[in-house]
Amino acid sequence: MEPAENIDGMMLVYKKPPTLTDTPMHYCPGCGHGVVHKVLMEVVDELKIQEETVGVAPVGCSVFAYDYMNIDMQEAAHGRATAVATGIKRVLPEKFVFTYQGDGDLAAIGTGETIHTINRGENILIVFINNGIYGMTGGQMAPTSLLGMKTTTTPFGREVSAMGNPIKITELIAQLPGAYYVTRQAVYTTAAVRKLKKSIEASFKYQKLKKGTCFIEVVSSCPSNWKLTPVEANEWLEKNMLPFYPLGDIKVPK
Amino acid sequence: MVMENKKENTETRLMKGNEALAEAAFRAGMKAYFGYPITPQSEVLEYLTAQVPKHPDVVILQAESELAAINMVYGASGAGARVMISSSGPGISLMQECLSYMTSAQLPALVVNVQRGGPGLGTIQPSQGDYFQAVKGGGHGDYHLIVLAPASVQEMVDLVFDGFRLSEKYRNPALILADGALGQMMEKVNLPPAGSLPKTQTPWATTGKPQTRERNIITSLFIQPERMEKLNQVLQSKYKEMGKEVRWEEIRTEDAEIVLVAFGLTSRICEKTVDLARQKELKVGLLRPITLYPFPTDAVVKLTESAKSFITVEMNAGQMVEDVRLAVNGRRPVEFYGRMGGMIPSPEEVLAKVESVAEKGLSIPI
Ligand SMILES: Cc1ncc(C[n+]2csc(CCOP(=O)(O)OP(=O)(O)O)c2C)c(N)n1
Ligand code: SF4
Repeated sequence: MEPAENIDGMMLVYKKPPTLTDTPMHYCPGCGHGVVHKVLMEVVDELKIQEETVGVAPVGCSVFAYDYMNIDMQEAAHGRATAVATGIKRVLPEKFVFTYQGDGDLAAIGTGETIHTINRGENILIVFINNGIYGMTGGQMAPTSLLGMKTTTTPFGREVSAMGNPIKITELIAQLPGAYYVTRQAVYTTAAVRKLKKSIEASFKYQKLKKGTCFIEVVSSCPSNWKLTPVEANEWLEKNMLPFYPLGDIKVPK
Repeated sequence: MVMENKKENTETRLMKGNEALAEAAFRAGMKAYFGYPITPQSEVLEYLTAQVPKHPDVVILQAESELAAINMVYGASGAGARVMISSSGPGISLMQECLSYMTSAQLPALVVNVQRGGPGLGTIQPSQGDYFQAVKGGGHGDYHLIVLAPASVQEMVDLVFDGFRLSEKYRNPALILADGALGQMMEKVNLPPAGSLPKTQTPWATTGKPQTRERNIITSLFIQPERMEKLNQVLQSKYKEMGKEVRWEEIRTEDAEIVLVAFGLTSRICEKTVDLARQKELKVGLLRPITLYPFPTDAVVKLTESAKSFITVEMNAGQMVEDVRLAVNGRRPVEFYGRMGGMIPSPEEVLAKVESVAEKGLSIPI
């Protein structure tokens, strides 16, 4: 933590990183996206890499990330973020490149790109927001939706016989030699947010080493489409998502 | 049709169309290429990868699919690189979503379609069945690609330079619409020297935001309809402006009563038909569009003053003929002759069509 500043006799205990813009975020109350944005930009500021960072945000609730992150950014088609990031990184190998993708984007329509980008060991950071649902399109089933979970396209709950099991894409890609650092984090408590920040920091530092892809899954919430209040959503996440998607490092550099 | 007067500093070689195109890309200062194998253009990627040791600063990458490849093109172009991709029918179909994105995000790139017969998996023989897809848009939304149609291996080289130049000038993807025969055949080519195409400035590219400028954003998302309409107006005014880039070639049209209209390989066949017809004292000429978008509408209109009828010849069921009819606008009859599915018409077949039109033509009062 930075040393507290004194403003008008009061102690500053929290502030927005300068690289987060002043644009009011469109995210729903309690949504994980805003917190992850903030932590990402905090790290960019602390590492002083704003000038060297290019982000990619594909279609999904966070497609407007470029409104909030004061860095050069590219919007990508649904599922194609890591291909776009590959194109950027290959022609700008000294820059820091990251993608910021939802579960539908990364683990359904973009599965091929996810696997092959990591298999090539592209030196990028992939931030994967797993909220178990399609947020932007209004709450349809995601590849990561839990069994029994009610969504607008599984109104009676997700069933294995019809829709298969939720996919643990993070464990899957950790098998690939191109994956350098793979971790699963969350933002449902302050302690979790702090751990996420450490992972992001490490990932940017690793990117300089050019040893492969860094992959951070963030188990996040979508109160609006889970039809829960923000507090209930965090409780539901802890009780239901975390047992299936356990937090912690999955692959760490030797 | 091959340019005989050798320009200064060019290097003359005997080359296959696909390889000549690939070599031209290096010489035109291409910084990145992303592709995926498909017949009849796999030699492009093969040639490029074989030349990597000579061009260590150029990114050449075989992607996992054409979908990934074109999105890599999007990323690299957005980062300011001069970038190319090539494929054939099925692969080009997979790229359409991203090409639509690229026109909206105003990203330059050179796309090459070495056409094969379709629809479906079709055949690997040459075809011109992708004219509609290339010229009319191909993906979703109101947009156009700049479309260039080579008719020789020399033009497979020259149009690479023009394609990069025009796509960068208008910040819009350009497409070279070749076909399997042009890709595979060998002809003499004059290769321009490397470095002859200056790099276009890309102040809009995402290269990392310095303190001295606002952040650069590459996007095709304009959620408010007012802004989306504005973007569309910008695109439409660019398409209008592109009209001045129109290029075509005319052969013996001065006194022609029947004008053949054909592009690419078919124009080579029609050139022969013109000779055969002239031997039979039939006044036949040829109009060959080099740019398919923008289409040489005015050139067609001008010929309606002298010609009695037009015959569009294509290796498809009749696609460009619609643009010829739009240009002629009922002033003259426009006939069509085509072969489909990878079949190549012979000059004699086209001549038979010319003769039947000539007979009919006598009874049409002008
Ligand atoms: C090719 C294509 N198919 C479908 C869509 C519609 N679409 C937009 S976002 C989205 C899913 C978003 O879910 P996710 O990636 O999990 O991100 P979230 O919104 O939950 O953050 C879909 C299906 C699209 N934009 N493009
Ligand atoms: S719909 Fe869900 S993911 Fe999207 S902003 Fe709202 S809470 Fe977040």
